[in-house]
Amino acid sequence: MTEATRSDASANPVREAIQRAIDEHEVILFMKGTPEAPACGFSLRTAGALQALDAPFAAVDVLPDPRIREELTALSNWPTIPQLFVRGELIGGCDIVMEMYESGELAQALGVGAPAPSESALSAEPATGEGPLLGIESAPR
Amino acid sequence: MPTTQEIASRIEAGIPGASAEVEDLTGGGDHFRATVVADAFAGRSRIEQHRLVYAVFGEEVGGPIHALSLKTETPVRQP
Repeated sequence: MTEATRSDASANPVREAIQRAIDEHEVILFMKGTPEAPACGFSLRTAGALQALDAPFAAVDVLPDPRIREELTALSNWPTIPQLFVRGELIGGCDIVMEMYESGELAQALGVGAPAPSESALSAEPATGEGPLLGIESAPR
Repeated sequence: MPTTQEIASRIEAGIPGASAEVEDLTGGGDHFRATVVADAFAGRSRIEQHRLVYAVFGEEVGGPIHALSLKTETPVRQP
């Protein structure tokens, strides 16, 4: 890490916390509300697709702090919430996730729904990385 | 508040050769769904296709346009 990125990170702790959360969770959904109590229909559908596949995922509610959404959008170059990241990469928002769910691509991307020995690796996903800036909920279902 | 026709025209103006059909999901002028067909999407991932459309509206999406739900396609040609 260069001097420049270190000072960027310390100058922007929210963005740094978001980047760390994305790096540390194999599947992470930024949404409005929580998987149990979504606060928007698009977040509801996206979390529902992951739950329907029984895919373990971490979830971050963007509503408690407006900076989370601002910094997430700046980082991902994606204007709306929800946003699903798998292995550090933006998969999409509600439309793309639902299209991929219906076509079977989502199960493939998540490594579920196939006879995959990697499933135990997914479930063993650590729920660490929680800082004071982001409430990260690891949803087992 | 933009109309469905305005949204469609802006997409078609912003992406050369695109054709867009837009519906207002709630009737409130801030939740839209657009189906966009464009040659420009060829060879691009869904993420990139959607970004092309979102780029037409800049910060309006997520702002005054609360939601712009997208379905993007490349033109289907009969062989």
